[in-house]
Amino acid sequence: MSKLLGKISCPKREFLLASTSTLGAVGAAAAAWPFIDSINPAADVLAVSSTEVDLSSIAVGEGLGVLWRGKPVFIKHRTAEEIKQAQDEDSVEMIDPQTDADRVQKTEWLVVIGICTHLGCLPSGHLPGDKKGEFGGWFCPCHGSQYDTSGRIRSGPAPLNLEIPPYAFKDDTTLIIGDAEA
Amino acid sequence: MKKDNNTSRLMTWIDDRLPIFSYANKNVIDYPTPKNLNYWWNFGSIAGIILVIMIITGIFLAMNYQPHTDVAFQSVERIMRDVNYGWLLRYLHMNGASMFFIVIYIHMFRGMYFGSYKNPREILWIMGVAIYVTMMATAFMGYVLPWGQMSFWGATVITNLFTTIPLVGDYLVTWIWGGFTIDSPTINRFFVWHYLMPAIIVGIVIVHLWALHVTKSNNPLGIDIKSKKDTIPFHPYYTIKDLFGFGVFLIIFLYFVFFQPNFFAEADNYIPANPMVTPPHIVPEWYFLPFYAILRAIPDKLGGVIAMGGGVMILFILPWLDTSKVRSARYRPIFKVMFWVFVADVLFLGWLGIRPSEGIYLTWGRIATFYYFFHFLVLLPALGKYEKCYPVPDDISEEFLKDHCGDTDDTDGKEEKTNA
Repeated sequence: MSKLLGKISCPKREFLLASTSTLGAVGAAAAAWPFIDSINPAADVLAVSSTEVDLSSIAVGEGLGVLWRGKPVFIKHRTAEEIKQAQDEDSVEMIDPQTDADRVQKTEWLVVIGICTHLGCLPSGHLPGDKKGEFGGWFCPCHGSQYDTSGRIRSGPAPLNLEIPPYAFKDDTTLIIGDAEA
Repeated sequence: MKKDNNTSRLMTWIDDRLPIFSYANKNVIDYPTPKNLNYWWNFGSIAGIILVIMIITGIFLAMNYQPHTDVAFQSVERIMRDVNYGWLLRYLHMNGASMFFIVIYIHMFRGMYFGSYKNPREILWIMGVAIYVTMMATAFMGYVLPWGQMSFWGATVITNLFTTIPLVGDYLVTWIWGGFTIDSPTINRFFVWHYLMPAIIVGIVIVHLWALHVTKSNNPLGIDIKSKKDTIPFHPYYTIKDLFGFGVFLIIFLYFVFFQPNFFAEADNYIPANPMVTPPHIVPEWYFLPFYAILRAIPDKLGGVIAMGGGVMILFILPWLDTSKVRSARYRPIFKVMFWVFVADVLFLGWLGIRPSEGIYLTWGRIATFYYFFHFLVLLPALGKYEKCYPVPDDISEEFLKDHCGDTDDTDGKEEKTNA
């Protein structure tokens, strides 16, 4: 036994140790991936990634909240006045500057994810009688962030405008929220 | 080893307060291990690693499993079809259970062959049997969770064993079920126990290792370590050997996971549980079969349960049933033969466990059951008295030199009767 060990030169042993350890580490990392990935959204969760909404029932000036991927999405049928207000204020100084045209596909329909970009509360304003805040859009009851009629953050601690989900108009009265191809 | 001065100072600082480095050095690096351990000594560490694999896969499976009769079956199918790599996690866990038992059985038979349970290792052995019994309970409850036909009826049969207990049996079973049959309350509590018991196993494993490190490992010669010459440090010699053995084990394990994932499974368990239909052929998981055969061999309800339980429990008192002072079967010519007869008997019982319980199988089952207990209760005590053993060598290192550097013929690794 000792005769055998004596024949092994040190550089060879070091090489073997380093290469074995490297391969072992790569193997361990590869084995860890299925575990990490298993807690990502599963196929059935991803499969319900689009939501279809019938717009014909939403009168001008009214709004509707729907769930898309478990998140609330606000669909607002804006009045001419609200559209004008949103467009007129494009040039005003804002926390997260963006024009109204960049935020809508059709000016009368505003579609935003109803999650305050501060800490995730649900802002009020899409139902009749809701408190809308000073800018006529949404008001977050948690920490007082205020959004305008284009869903842009205008005052309060939230850093970003209300997020726009991917959506498309299937026809004049049908809206698809989520992946267009789904 | 050269070490950066600051690093070594930090290590000393920590070690003075919490001696993890000196503890690790004492128990896994310099730890003196008999230099003559053969590959049968790999199975303890393999079992330990499978336990870890089972716990990790189990934790991730539990993140997607639902313990309710309405959705349990579907939640397992969802794991198989929709959860990313869910199929892999489940097949690892499922086949891991079978592998765990194979490894544990080899580990136990190794202990029996080389007399590893004898003075001074009785508590070490008892802790091992306790791990085995806890594993059986854990495996049984895990098998109920997928809520297939075998889950349901297996659970029904096993829990009904408790009805044999006089007076309180029926109440006890209702209490275990949390209802009047196996239902959602049962599956929910089984899930909780199935998740909890591995932690208990880990606890017993720690005690098992603690006892091992007091008495040190037995070895193929079954004689005590006399001097430093009889040992080599655990690291690197046995860390490498254990890792190599684990690699070979992984090849076998993963062959089943990837190519024969349902080899150990029952097709009926892919049918959702139906309390109105009992499958024509109820069999437990393969690792329970020998004991199942004992249960069926006894033509009496209570007697069968007692014999089956006794078949497991008798392992606890094995250190006192085997009265021979010689540990290793190498120096016990009759025991050596009888050991293999016993192994054959257990395998035969396992084979009988999946046969129909009638005709010639019943007769064979009774003979094999009788022999199982005969081995423990008559043969082992008698052999200790009457068997004439070969002379046992004095020390490991001398015997080692004879085996590895002698001019005798090449019988390395074979059972060699020396000093005769």
